[in-house]
Amino acid sequence: MKGHMEKRVIFKGKWLPLLLILPQLAVTAVFFFYPAGEAIWQSLFIPDPFGLSMQYVGLGNFEYLLNDPYYRASFVTTAVFSVLVTLVSMGVALFLAVLADRLIKGSGTYRTLLIWPYAVAPAVAGVLWMFMFNTRVGVITWYLGQLGYDWNHVLNGTEAMGLVVIASAWGRISYNFLFFLAGLQSIPRSVIEAAAIDGAGFWTRFRTIVFPLLSPTTFFLMVVNIVYAFFETFGVIHTITAGGPQQSTTILVYKVYADGFVGQDLGSSAAQSVVLLVVVGLLTVAQFKFIERKVHY
Amino acid sequence: MTLRISTLALAAATAAASAQTANAATEIEFWHAFTGRLGELVDQQVADFNASQDEYEVTATHKGNYSETLNAGIAAFRAGEQPDILMVFEVGTATMMAAKGAIKPVYEVMADAGADFDPDSYISAVKGYYTDTDGNMLSLPFNSSTPVLWVNTTALEEAGIAADVDLTTWEQVGEVLDQLAEAGHSCPLTTAWQSWIHLENLSAYHDVPFATEDNGFAGFGTELEMNGPVQVKHIETMGQWAEDGKFVYAGRRNEGGANFRAGECALFTESSAGYAGIASEAEFDFDVRPLPYWSDVEAAPQNTIIGGASLWVMAGQPDEEYAGVASFLNYLSSPEVQAQWHQDTGYLPITEAAAELTREQGFYEENPGTDIAVEQMTANEPTANSKGVRLGSYDQIRTIIDEELEAVWTGDKTAQDALDSAKTRGDQLLRRFEQSSR
Repeated sequence: MKGHMEKRVIFKGKWLPLLLILPQLAVTAVFFFYPAGEAIWQSLFIPDPFGLSMQYVGLGNFEYLLNDPYYRASFVTTAVFSVLVTLVSMGVALFLAVLADRLIKGSGTYRTLLIWPYAVAPAVAGVLWMFMFNTRVGVITWYLGQLGYDWNHVLNGTEAMGLVVIASAWGRISYNFLFFLAGLQSIPRSVIEAAAIDGAGFWTRFRTIVFPLLSPTTFFLMVVNIVYAFFETFGVIHTITAGGPQQSTTILVYKVYADGFVGQDLGSSAAQSVVLLVVVGLLTVAQFKFIERKVHY
Repeated sequence: MTLRISTLALAAATAAASAQTANAATEIEFWHAFTGRLGELVDQQVADFNASQDEYEVTATHKGNYSETLNAGIAAFRAGEQPDILMVFEVGTATMMAAKGAIKPVYEVMADAGADFDPDSYISAVKGYYTDTDGNMLSLPFNSSTPVLWVNTTALEEAGIAADVDLTTWEQVGEVLDQLAEAGHSCPLTTAWQSWIHLENLSAYHDVPFATEDNGFAGFGTELEMNGPVQVKHIETMGQWAEDGKFVYAGRRNEGGANFRAGECALFTESSAGYAGIASEAEFDFDVRPLPYWSDVEAAPQNTIIGGASLWVMAGQPDEEYAGVASFLNYLSSPEVQAQWHQDTGYLPITEAAAELTREQGFYEENPGTDIAVEQMTANEPTANSKGVRLGSYDQIRTIIDEELEAVWTGDKTAQDALDSAKTRGDQLLRRFEQSSR
């Protein structure tokens, strides 16, 4: 697919384009640069909750954070959590999309049903899964008990992590499914048919043709899902585990909340926001620099 | 010309009239954290107060759970939009006390308004929690409770144990747990609010310190001390019970309540305010007992401490609103209102007069056990160790304690290691709080 002609539409003049992107710039400045700047400024202080006084501490908040073993552990927790959520939600979505792509009858109904979970807010999804796995009244806990497995995510960190991953990935499957299905349907049938005539089985076709041609979609979804796992899973974690047991599900964003709004430690909370900002920035740059190279457009 | 003058006069008259309407009732804003039945009861109290006079109009607004209400108050203060009265749970007490410019102490509000206010009419264990070291009341106690032992006597009898078995000490509780386990009971003991009951109250009840500087009452330079021998022994024993399946951990808040109310657990340590829920849901015979203590600790039983919330008056409001606040707070603490609140909710009566009135009305005879909490709290004059716990960042320190205790229940850590670690981690937060309130 390489080597095709680049198409470019060029507007003349400088002011019209500037004027046209001005609303976007204003929104970015007000809702992104201003709060981010404020966070950087606040991270240099230890303020009291009511804003009555502030102590300048320089990089003291960052020093405090980096010396905190639980904060360092939170990076690992976040990495494990994000990778698992991305893998589970994309893996299941791809599987379902491949099945839906082969469907001829009833595919509309199937697709509509699969999209529904996306409309469920993370906090609500969290509560739903929490009830199913409730250690006392949960339906799934009861069935696991019948099978002789004693499910207790209240005390078992691994089970807690598993549960928040499932609950976070669940709603996301719909979203990924839509993109994968669209991606699959844009692959020319002729290419696949040609391969089939050459004797390539389903798996060979999938591995050598479908998956590579799907890579722009996969790459896009990977970026979007990691950002989702980093920032938007707060509701799930808050409702299911509140970061426990023993901080085994405390991801970075949850810690920002816990320190800022439960602990009223706004200095530490601001410093964590700055760290998070840097981490996500680096992650995005890394993704575009290294992984995008392997993507076929 | 005449027309012009009369127009002006009319305008002036209208302005005067509207000013008068505004003066007719001064608006008092009150933010609280109650929903459901408790929310209805608060609304009723407010409506009754508003109907009792026409000078002030109190508006009560629900602002979420305890943490959310405190955050709403803080955010509102920063924006200059704070309410007159803010409900703050007991763990937020140190945060509010440190915010000298953000609050107006209740004793000052009362003195300025010339209100008839006698701090000594309040139950000392309740009052002590919300007064400074000079004995000045900073916030008005509103809903206070203390932990007790709830007993499913049906479960005891099924295990061949007498319903009136002595459960005064933890040693005796241990024997009963053995018997229950032998009889094959799957949940002999569970608890709610583990840090509050099994560390904070345990410390006060055995008259040992939870933190230095009189548990934080004397200053912000405080350090945790809840890794002493009494606490370690208790947590160690609970850990052993957990390992043997005699103590079943259900969660950090009051998740265990569901297990107990469903009849699954035989013994349950929980707030006295659990009464309403247990009485309405339990399909078994139950009993309330005082919180057990270790008989080998000489000072025990001292007195237990409270949980719940108090009402803080925010700074920066006009004087006439403060007069209204004084009048409303006085109304809330009147014996009739308090006695009704106590009987409706299971929260403690905050004044001696309210307790007396409840007794006269025969409530305790009709509802045996409901007075145990009051007796347990008022049995002894509070000491420096049993006045309460007042620490900064306390909500988060409780979370740390929860995490460390969970490590004991799973057998990951010994009681000593877990409590030492909780102390180290908690002390760091205390130092940061100290710095922020300089």
